[in-house]
Parts: sequence; C-alpha cells; structure tokens
Amino acid sequence: MALIEARELSRIYSLDAGRVVALDRIDLDIDAGDMVAIMGPSGSGKSTLMNLIGCLDKPTGGSYRLDGVMVDRLDANGLAKLRNQKIGFVFQQFNLLPRADAATNAELPMLYAGLDRKARRRRALDALARVGLADRWHHRPMQLSGGQQQRVAIARALVNDPRLLLADEPTGALDSKTALDILALFQKLNREGMTVVIVTHDPEVARHARRVVRFRDGRIISDERQEPVRAEDGLKELQAETAA
Amino acid sequence: MSLMEALRSALQAITANALRSVLTMLGIIIGVAAVIAMVAIGSGAKARVNDQIRSLGANLAIISAGNVQVGGVRLGIGASSSLTDEDARAIKREIEGVEAAAPFIRGQAQAIYQGTNWSTAIQAVDNDFFVAREWDMASGRGFDPEELRRGEIVAILGQTVARTLFGSDDPLDQIVRVRNTPFKVIGVAASKGQSAFGQDQDDIIFVPLETGRRRIMGRNYAKDRSVASVFVKFEQEATMVHGIGEIRALLRQRHRLAEDAEDDFTVRNLTEIANTATASARTLSFLLAAVAAVSLLVGGIGIMNIMLVSVTERTREIGLRLAVGARPRDVLSQFLIEATTLASIGGALGVALGLGIAVVIARTAGWPVLVSLESVLIAVGVSGLVGVFFGFYPARRAAKLDPIEALRRE
Ligand SMILES: Nc1ncnc2c1ncn2[C@@H]1O[C@H](COP(=O)(O)OP(=O)(O)OP(=O)(O)O)[C@@H](O)[C@H]1O
Ligand SMILES: [Mg+2]
Repeated sequence: MALIEARELSRIYSLDAGRVVALDRIDLDIDAGDMVAIMGPSGSGKSTLMNLIGCLDKPTGGSYRLDGVMVDRLDANGLAKLRNQKIGFVFQQFNLLPRADAATNAELPMLYAGLDRKARRRRALDALARVGLADRWHHRPMQLSGGQQQRVAIARALVNDPRLLLADEPTGALDSKTALDILALFQKLNREGMTVVIVTHDPEVARHARRVVRFRDGRIISDERQEPVRAEDGLKELQAETAA
Repeated sequence: MSLMEALRSALQAITANALRSVLTMLGIIIGVAAVIAMVAIGSGAKARVNDQIRSLGANLAIISAGNVQVGGVRLGIGASSSLTDEDARAIKREIEGVEAAAPFIRGQAQAIYQGTNWSTAIQAVDNDFFVAREWDMASGRGFDPEELRRGEIVAILGQTVARTLFGSDDPLDQIVRVRNTPFKVIGVAASKGQSAFGQDQDDIIFVPLETGRRRIMGRNYAKDRSVASVFVKFEQEATMVHGIGEIRALLRQRHRLAEDAEDDFTVRNLTEIANTATASARTLSFLLAAVAAVSLLVGGIGIMNIMLVSVTERTREIGLRLAVGARPRDVLSQFLIEATTLASIGGALGVALGLGIAVVIARTAGWPVLVSLESVLIAVGVSGLVGVFFGFYPARRAAKLDPIEALRRE
C-alpha cells in the first residue's frame, strides 16, 4: 500500500467571478521512501496539491488516503493531529518564530503532541544535530544565515518522526550553493527512509529527485522515474570551481 | 502544552512589547485601583464611624440647654440654663423606650495628688450617665444613691487621670484635691479612648451631680437645679425619631413655651449623625465603583483592541502553529490565556496602586486602612474575567483562521 493514495482528487475554488478548477481529478500514488519532485508552471496547481496531501485543505471531490487514513472524513481536530504526527512541512519563507531560538523553534510541533519539556528539548537537539546545527541551538533566526534558518525549519519538520516531508519551494529563497546544501540534506534524510515530496519550478532542483511529476492546468501531464543527481557531487564541483 | 508553559509563553509575548502592554493595561490598572481604594476607604470609614458609635454608646441623643443655631449658642430668655435634672427625670418617666436619661454638667479644674498637678475635665453626673454612655468601671464602684442625694465628696477617675496622678499605684480610697476639696476616689472608669473629635475621653473626673453643682461648677448651677446637657439613651434605634419628637413636646410643655416661641433647648440624634457619616462614605464608594466599572470596560476594550492587533500581526505564526498540528482550540486558548494574563497583571498592578491611594487617603483622613485579602483576590479575579471576556473575540478570530491563508499572509 502506498503512503499517499489520491483518487480523482479535485479542488475547485468558487469565487464571485466564477469557478477555478485548481486541481482536476488527479490520481497519484507515492510510495513510502520515495523522493518526488512536483513541477509545473505557475498556477498549475502544485501548491494546491501540497495543501491537500499536507492535510491543510480538504478536497472538493475524490478521495485521499494518507498512511491508510481516509483524510476527507476527518474534522479540523483530526486533520491537526494528522499534520502533527505524520507530516513535516518545509516552507519557502522558513516561517520561524523570530523571538525564539533554534531549539525552541524546533520544539514547536511537540508542544501540540503533549510531550514534556525535557523530552521536547532532547528531541529538538537531536533533530538540530541531524541537520548539522548542533552547536547553533541557542541562536535566534536573525543570527543565522538563510540556509541555516531553513535547516532549523527542517529540524522542526523532523521532531515528531513524521512519515512524510513536504517542501514547497524549499530552495526558492536560497542561493544555488545553499540550495545544494539543503538538497543534500533532503537526500540524506531520504536515504535514511524518509518520504520526501518537493514542489519546485526549478529543473535543477527536480534533478535530485527519484521521480518527477509534472502538472499543467490542474492535471498531471507526465510522471517519470529518473536516476537522481547527487547533491554532494554538485557541492564538490562547486568547491573545485571556486578553488580554480 | 501545560498551563504553566502556556503562561510562560503568554508572558513572553507580553514582555516582548512591554510598553504597549502597559499602555493596554492602563484602563484595568485604574479600574482595579479604584475598586481597591474604594473598598479600603469605604470599610475604613465605616470602621471609624462604628468605633465612634461604639465609644459614644448606641441609640444616643443629647439634649443641650439653649437653642444652638448655625450662628452659635443662644440661651433661653431669663434663664441661665433652661434644662434641669427634673427634666431628665421626667423624660425617663414619661417617654416610652427611654433606657436612661443622664443629666450632666461639665467643667474644667486642676486635680492635685501629692504634688502632682493635672488640669482635667470634671463631669458631674448621676449613675444614668454610665448606662447611657455604656461606660463600665475598671475598678471600684459607681456612685451610690446616698452619695448622689447628699452630694458627697467622692470621685471616679478616668484612666488618663488615674495614670497621670497615680502611676502604677492603686488610686482607690486615696484623696484627690479639686478646687481645694478633698475627693475620695471610689472608682476608676474603663478606658474609652479618643472621641470623634480626637479628644481623650479618659482625661476626666466624675463626681456626683449634686457635688459638682455645689463645689465645682460655680454659681449658675448652684442656684437652681439646672444642668448643661442630658444624654438620652433609647432602647432601640427604631423608636428614636419618634421619641425625640415626644421629648421636644414634653420639654416645651415643662418650660411653658408659648406656641410661637422657639425651643430653649436643642436635641441632637447622635446615632443619626454617625449614620450620615457612613452614608457619605457610601456615596464616595458608589462614585468610585462607577469609575471602576467604566475603567474596567474601557480597559477591556483596550485589551480587545490590542489582541486584535496582535492576532493580525501574528497571523503567519498562527498559520504555522496550525500547520504543525495546533488544533483551533489550542490557538484559542493561547490567545485567551494571553489576554487573561495581560488583564490579570493589570489587575495586580492596580491592586498595588489602589493600596497606595488607600494608604494616602486613610492617612490624611485619619482612617484605618482596611483591605481584605478577599477584595484583592476579587479585584484580580475580575480583571482576569475582563481579559477572558474581551479576549474571547480576538482569540476566536485567531482560532478560525485558515492555515493556508494565514501562512500566505505577509
Ligand atoms: N484561495 C484561492 N482562491 C481562489 N483561487 C485560488 C486560491 N488558491 C489558488 N487558487 C487558484 O488555483 C490555481 C492553482 O494555484 P496554486 O497556488 O496551486 O498554483 P501553483 O502551481 O502553486 O503556482 P506557483 O508556482 O505560482 O506557486 C491558480 O489558478 C490559483 O489562482
Ligand atoms: Mg505555489
């Protein structure tokens, strides 16, 4: 059974000006342990899909099953619990709390999982170590670079041991070297067993995925497997270039 | 998230914008300060009035010779003093509900004991006086009927006089000289403390009415049977107003006053005067309560306003919290706790300010400061409730945010 099972999934926005079919009856399965890039031009429905599989939004048609749970039958509290337990979000704009340090930011999802203070702190520090920021746990977002901030956000996404990591344009606000760092991190997490779905319109980013799904006008127009490029290699190349 | 942690994060949010928070709390601070000051002043004033009633004696009226008017004292025509101890006796005999009618004369004299010299009040009384004023003996006894009738040279000392002249010695059966007359001390009265006007009521020597007339108070009183004043004690407060009317009628009749003549005496209802003081303290309380209610309302609206601003400012944060698994009710309680904490801190600061005001006013007015723990808890509790009430709408607005839209907001 696939981790994500979408059948005839639709999202239609009803506006005064008329209906917008953002997602048009798509079927999509994503297996556990895969690393998928969702591509497509602006307005093609990528973020809409992310919101649906991230349980932030409900479909207007079709069905969606996440890790065996029928998502469209859940109420707001059920969706919140699913987001808390099964999904880690990574955003383009990081969305860190500016006044809280890295560890406190990483702890946020555990606040709603009912963990006590000690357990929260321990797991937050573990997650920060996993993203290579063990020594920066006491820094505030303002004291960190963009790439480091995104790492904190990834640590935050990892703390509740989710089945799925959802990233909407995670490298959109970063330079190409930092973007490679983040992709390398995603690949490492994927090798460790994490299912990763990345929305991007950047083909460079998509090359690092094992599978690429292309959207246009709310429909899937292609779905291909590929041999992913290793972000580590890209970083080495970059190093060689700067050295030369 | 435990309540403790919720409180901590609420405090962080509040201190992150300290100046704004304090300004927001101002309404609550003023409101609660008014409440606390109100309660403190109200109960302090009441306590003082009660003290006065108690030290005076309950259900008490005083009849003075002469018609006391705004301009001063005017005595009845042809008489040095219009009031007699016969009048007092008649009042006690004929007016219903009168427990005691105590005629008295008051003067000032030097009291001497073994070279110690002390100027004090001399009050010539009969035993009804001690009943009317609810004044007990600390030691010794009151006057016996024979002493009163014959005007014997005996005295009862007030506490201050006893202490001044005798120190720690026992004054009983000792001789005190007043106006060259050797008075034998038969009793020492219990302590009464200060009067409403700050006089030491224990700085006094009591002598039998007749004795005072003959030996101390001078000519006027010796000629006839007149007295300066009569204390009248009623059995119940309810019958006082009616009884005082009857006393007036009786005295006018006894003094043979013509229909159109003014009273040649003055009756004052002391209990009523005391009650008036309580009533004016109560008026002040109502005024402060109104101020408090309005300030709390304004303060509550201020909190609502700032919480709405805060929800708008932190829309992205709310979106993020919802995305990582906060339920709507988690967001609701977060903002509710924040509003309540804000209001409660305002309440606590208000209590401090109110206590300060109460102390200052009480010092100035000479009242005791009476603030019950209860009123402090109620004040802080009410401000907390104001926070809950006015924080609810903004909090619900936060909880109802759509996570996707909230995350997209700049
Ligand atoms: N809340 C909304 N109300 C109405 N229409 C919406 C809403 N959100 C998205 N849409 C519409 O749905 C369609 C798909 O939008 P979506 O955000 O999924 O695009 P996208 O592929 O993520 O684009 P981009 O690459 O620019 O982020 C667009 O036509 C958009 O205008
Ligand atoms: Mg998008």
